[in-house]
Amino acid sequence: MKFSFTDEQDMFRDTVRELFADRCPPEAVRQSWDNDEGRVPGLWAALAEMGVLAVLAPEAAGGLGMNEVDLVRILEEAGYAGVPEPLVEHVAVAVPALAEAGHAALEAAITGDSTITLNLAGEVFVGAAADAVVHRNGNTLQLVTEWKADDATSIDQSRRLSVLTDITAADPLDGADPDLAFDRAALGTAAQCVGVARRLLEATVEYVAERHQFGKPVGSYQAVKHHLANVKIALDFAVPLVYRAAWSVAHDDDPFARGRNVSMAKAQASEAVDLAARQALQCHGAIGYTFEYDLQLWLKRAWTLAAAHGDVRFHRDRVAVAIGV
Amino acid sequence: MNLDLAPHYVAFRNECRQWLTDNHPGRIASMDTAVGFEEHRAWEKFLFDAGWSVPAWPSVYGGRDCDLIEWLIYEEEYWLSGVPGRVSANGVSLLAPTIFNFATQEQQDFFLPRMASGEHIWAQGWSEPEAGSDLAGIKTKAILDGDDFILNGQKTWCSRGAFADWIFCIVRTDPEAERHQGLTYLLVPAETPGMERRPIGRLDGEPGFAELFFDDARVSAKHVLGGVGQGWAVAMAAAGSERGLSLRSPGRFMAAAERLRALAADVTDLDPRLRDEVVDAWIKAQAYRWNTYQMAADLMEGAEIGPEASEGKVFWSELDLELHATALRLMGPMGEVADAGNDWLDGYVFALSGPIYAGTNEIQRNIVAERVLGLPRR
Repeated sequence: MKFSFTDEQDMFRDTVRELFADRCPPEAVRQSWDNDEGRVPGLWAALAEMGVLAVLAPEAAGGLGMNEVDLVRILEEAGYAGVPEPLVEHVAVAVPALAEAGHAALEAAITGDSTITLNLAGEVFVGAAADAVVHRNGNTLQLVTEWKADDATSIDQSRRLSVLTDITAADPLDGADPDLAFDRAALGTAAQCVGVARRLLEATVEYVAERHQFGKPVGSYQAVKHHLANVKIALDFAVPLVYRAAWSVAHDDDPFARGRNVSMAKAQASEAVDLAARQALQCHGAIGYTFEYDLQLWLKRAWTLAAAHGDVRFHRDRVAVAIGV
Repeated sequence: MNLDLAPHYVAFRNECRQWLTDNHPGRIASMDTAVGFEEHRAWEKFLFDAGWSVPAWPSVYGGRDCDLIEWLIYEEEYWLSGVPGRVSANGVSLLAPTIFNFATQEQQDFFLPRMASGEHIWAQGWSEPEAGSDLAGIKTKAILDGDDFILNGQKTWCSRGAFADWIFCIVRTDPEAERHQGLTYLLVPAETPGMERRPIGRLDGEPGFAELFFDDARVSAKHVLGGVGQGWAVAMAAAGSERGLSLRSPGRFMAAAERLRALAADVTDLDPRLRDEVVDAWIKAQAYRWNTYQMAADLMEGAEIGPEASEGKVFWSELDLELHATALRLMGPMGEVADAGNDWLDGYVFALSGPIYAGTNEIQRNIVAERVLGLPRR
C-alpha cells in the first residue's frame, strides 16, 4: 500500500505541464475556436513527440507501455490548461482500444498522424475534425472511418460537436471492451475535471487577492474565503478518488469494482468542478461574466466536462447498484 | 503507486478482525454516564491486556509498533466490528502525540502506560467561557509558588470532564503577557484540592462534558509539558493531530457508511432522492479514506501535517452529520425514538458537535483560506 506517485511520474507530469503552458496558453485556445478544425496548431505533433499519445499503447506496438496511473495526471494537466483537443477520447480510450483489437490504425494514432475521437453514448460527440471515431455498437466497439454528421455548436467553443446521422464504413474492434472504454472515458474526464477545478480555484485566489473593495482585498472577507475554502476541500477529497480509480482501471480484474471506483471518482470530480465554477464566477463578479475575460474558458469546460461521460447523478446511480442500495 | 495490501498487512487485518470478533463485549452503557464510564474503562483495560489498546505506540508502552497503514487497518476493523467506542480517545489521540513530542522521559514513563491501560482517562481543559475558537484569549492563571502552580480561573466544555482522572490544560503563567505569549501546558489531576467540576448536560441530557473551577488549586510544576511559557507551540502541535489523522480515522466513517448502506438496502421502494443521499455519503466516506491513505504515504516519506489538516476536519465532521442525518431520514417516524438502542440518533446528537469542537468549521475554513490558499488575513 503506497498511495503516491513516483519521481518519474512527477517529472512526466511536469514536462507535459510546461508543454501546455508553452503551446496552449489561453490565446491559443481562443485561436482554435476560429480555425476550421478547432485545433491548436502544432500541439498534437508536440504531444506525439513527447510520447503522450502513446502512453497506453504497448511497447511492442511502438508505445510507452504505461497505464492509467501514468496517464491520469497528464489528463489533469490538459484540464488545467483548457486544452481543446479530443485528448481523453484519443489517448485514454481510442489508443488502448485499437491496441486491444490489434487494429492497424494504432500506428498513425500514436505517431500523431491521426486523431481519433469517441462516440459511446449516442449521436452527439466531440472532435468534428477527427479522422475516425471509436463507436459503441451494442456490446461491441467499432472504428468508424467514414460517416455522415451534422455540426453542432457547444456553449464551450473548445468542443466541436458532431451529430451522427449515418455510418458508411466501419471496422469491428474485436477484443476491445466497450465497458472498459466507458470507464476509461469517465476516468479521463474526471481527471480533466479536477484539473479544470484547480485552474478555476487558482485564478480566483489570485483575483480576489488583488481586487480591492471598501479599501481592502475582497479575498480578505470571510464570505469569499469560505467559498474558496469549500472549493479547495471539494477538490482535495475528489482527487484521491480519481487517482484511486486510475489504479483500479489499470489493475483491477473485476469490472464491477472498476466501474464502482470510476463512478465514485467521476461523481466527486463532477461535483467539485461544478462548485469550483460557480464560486469562481461569483467571486470574480461581473468581469467573470464576460466573453473577453479568460475565466470563461474554464467555466465552460467545467459545465460540459461535469456532464460528459456521465454526470453526478448517473455515476451515483451506478455506485448505488454496485453497493446494493 | 501500489494499492494492493501486502500479505503482512492482510494477515494483520485478519488478526484484528478475528480478535475483535472473538472478544466483542456486546453492548455496554454510554461512556457519558457514571456506570458506562467505568464499563468503558474496563474495556480499555481488556484491550490493553491483549495489546490492542494503542497498537501504534512503541511496545515498551504497551503498543505494537504499528506503522501508519497498520494503524489505519486496525481502525477500520475496530469500528466495523461494532465494539464499544474509546473513552480513552482524548488522551490517546490528542495528548499522547504531545507527550511523545514534548514530555521528559520521566513524564513519558509515568503517563503513557497509565493512559494505555485506562488507569488514567484524560479530558481536555482548553476552552474557557471567553476563549473558545479564540483560544489565545485564555485567562486561567497559574502562578508559581515554590514547586507548585496556584491555579485560579475557569475551564469549560471539557469532554469526558465529568468523570476523567486527569485534565490536560492550557493556563496563563505570565499574566502580563498577551495572547499567544505566557501560556503553559499543564497536566492537572482531577482530584486536585481547590478544583471543582460541574458536569454539563449535553443536548441529550448526558453529562458529556463539564466545567472546571479553580480556586487556589495547587498543581505540581513537574506536570508542565514542554516548558513554562511554551504552551501555545505545544498546544498547536496537538491541534494538528486533533484536526488531522489521529482523532478521526476513516475507519469510523467507513463503518457508519457501511451501516447506512445496509440500512438503505433493507428499505423497499427506497425514495430515489434518499438513495442518492445515501450513495453520496457512502462515496464521501471512501473519499475520506483515500485522502487519508494519500496523507499516510506522505507522512511515511517524512512529510508533516500542515494546515491542510483543517480541510480534513471540515470534511469528516460534515460527513459524519450527513451519514447520521441520512440514516434518520431513512428511519422516518422511528428516527426520533430515543429509547436505548437508537444508535443513529445517539450518533446524530454526537455528530452535531463535530463542526463545533476542535476549532469550529468557520475557523477551519479561515485556516484553509489563509494558510493553504494564501488569501490575505485582512
